[in-house]
Amino acid sequence: MAEIALQNIAHSYSPGPRGEEDWALKKIDLVWRDGGSYALLGPSGCGKSTLLNIISGLLQPSAGKVLFDGEDVSALGPSARNIAQVFQFPVVYDTMTVFDNLAFPLRNRGLDEAEVRARAGEVAEMLELEHSLRRRARAVSADDKQKISLGRALVRPDVNVIMLDEPLTVIDPHLKWQLRSKLKQLHRRFGFTMIYVTHDQTEALTLADQIVVLHDGRVVQSGTPESLFERPQHTFVGHFIGSPGMNRFPARLQNGAARIGELEIAVDADLSAPDARGEGKLEIGVRPEHIRFCDDGFPVRVHRVRDAGRYQIAEAELQGVKFKIYVPEGGAVPGEDARVRFERAYTHVYRDGWLLRPAAA
Amino acid sequence: MIRRSANQKAWWLVLPVVALVAFNAVIPLMTVVNYSFQETFGENVFFWEGTKWYLQILQSERFHASLLRQLIFTATVLAIEIPLGIAIALSMPRRGIGVSLCLVLMALPLLIPWNVVGAMWNIFALPEIGLLGRAINALGIEYNFTRQPGAAWFTVILMDVWHWTSLVVLLCYAGLCAIPDAYMQAAKIDGAGNWQVFRHIQLPKLKRVLTIAVLLRFMDSFMIYTEPFVLTGGGPGNATTFLSIDLVKIALGQFDLGPAAAMSLIYFIMILLLCWIFYTLMMRGEER
Repeated sequence: MAEIALQNIAHSYSPGPRGEEDWALKKIDLVWRDGGSYALLGPSGCGKSTLLNIISGLLQPSAGKVLFDGEDVSALGPSARNIAQVFQFPVVYDTMTVFDNLAFPLRNRGLDEAEVRARAGEVAEMLELEHSLRRRARAVSADDKQKISLGRALVRPDVNVIMLDEPLTVIDPHLKWQLRSKLKQLHRRFGFTMIYVTHDQTEALTLADQIVVLHDGRVVQSGTPESLFERPQHTFVGHFIGSPGMNRFPARLQNGAARIGELEIAVDADLSAPDARGEGKLEIGVRPEHIRFCDDGFPVRVHRVRDAGRYQIAEAELQGVKFKIYVPEGGAVPGEDARVRFERAYTHVYRDGWLLRPAAA
Repeated sequence: MIRRSANQKAWWLVLPVVALVAFNAVIPLMTVVNYSFQETFGENVFFWEGTKWYLQILQSERFHASLLRQLIFTATVLAIEIPLGIAIALSMPRRGIGVSLCLVLMALPLLIPWNVVGAMWNIFALPEIGLLGRAINALGIEYNFTRQPGAAWFTVILMDVWHWTSLVVLLCYAGLCAIPDAYMQAAKIDGAGNWQVFRHIQLPKLKRVLTIAVLLRFMDSFMIYTEPFVLTGGGPGNATTFLSIDLVKIALGQFDLGPAAAMSLIYFIMILLLCWIFYTLMMRGEER
């Protein structure tokens, strides 16, 4: 087990990168704590798999260093880094039995056969594969194949990190839940460092303690699920996490106050701080969950109310900007003309997408 | 109850295909079947002979000898070309400009007409003027494929390997390129060495293309005619007279239509049978 640090990692797939857009990863500084469970979250093409392959050593970054426990491993290959990785699609060795598949990484590292047998048996039991151990890996179901891939990662003692690259994509929905909780349980029991790549926010939020959000080759935020929800560092995080995502209103500063159109809005940002007064596009972001109907707020026009089962989403308009309001079970939508209030602590100001520092509480 | 009208007009649409297959396969084949049971002395006069030609062919030492030569040739050629083809495919680059270069180089022998291949190797291997012939003799090894049976065999096999290994290479290369990256990456992470990657990933994934390669090479080499005919003419003596060369000698050289027809059918059934055996063996266990 090890603490993994990425220092100034950047990567470009083209040999002579010129513009910003040639870089798949743009200067990433990140520390993965030993024993932590992380989700690497982002849309397709944001650089998640690239980052993962750089950590595992399958890819040499164009710039920057990878440190395992402070030791530079940038030049080492994947087997020397002692990491485990599970891919999106199951990888099994067709000609071997399920047992031999599980034993393969151990035998390659020269463990003695008694220990190989013990460990492979234990992993098979954890993953409920013990009944098909003698079968050819080729003949088992797709779900079981992915369990085998997972098993080959879990079977090795003292791996530095286990990385999972959207491993549950091909798994049946009901088994997905089961495997996810199994993974969480195994992580708690063995305390390995885990990095779980996904584009599914629910998966990320339920599985990991820390979530790293990647957008366009940059880490836009790294934090707990709550902090991503309550204080998105970037409008992308606000939009990507939460369903529906954060509302955004074009804003401007006037006389030291933030305004949407003509309305003055109370925000959590410290607007007197020097970095609040720079150039750039200003936006006010507030989640649907942090807007409430009340009698003395801003006047809005409600267009439509959608019923989402246990709650409702009201689609409304404020100063010509469409936005959404979360109406919890039992809450009521007053009618077409309503008044709303933004919760100040969760009303954020963004400049060019990035959060302005809040006023010291 | 709805009465279905039986409209059989659609059968007319099948007619062109039936005519085509009849003209290019069934009718010629049946002509051969017809010949194989009869004796003719020309002028379109035939006498019924029953299975006489079949028994004669199956018992003839000449047929046994060319069949044995054919089997040895095909086995040797397969034993060299399949492993060599895999080895070359494995060492070819996967990206960069080297890919197109290798592919063009590999495709070249396949583009040359078969009789030209024979003529090329004939000149190439001539002991007095050919580069290969002169070079081997210069090494102090006596080499003359027109006189020594061993040298003739060596030349015929070398020629076939040169001509057809490319086919195996191209098939295997395509098969190797189709293996998803994740397999190689997983193997690296699992700490597998090159041999294990080959044994547990590449070879199993190549199984299907290899089946095709073995079948194609088996059929082609079992039916080989043009190249050895141009190179050695079946000689010296009968040293490189394979089945098809022998067949042509009987049919055209001696104009024995009956025995030649019987031999053609025996040859045909043999290829069919051996292909079926190969295919069954290589596909065995695929379902399990």
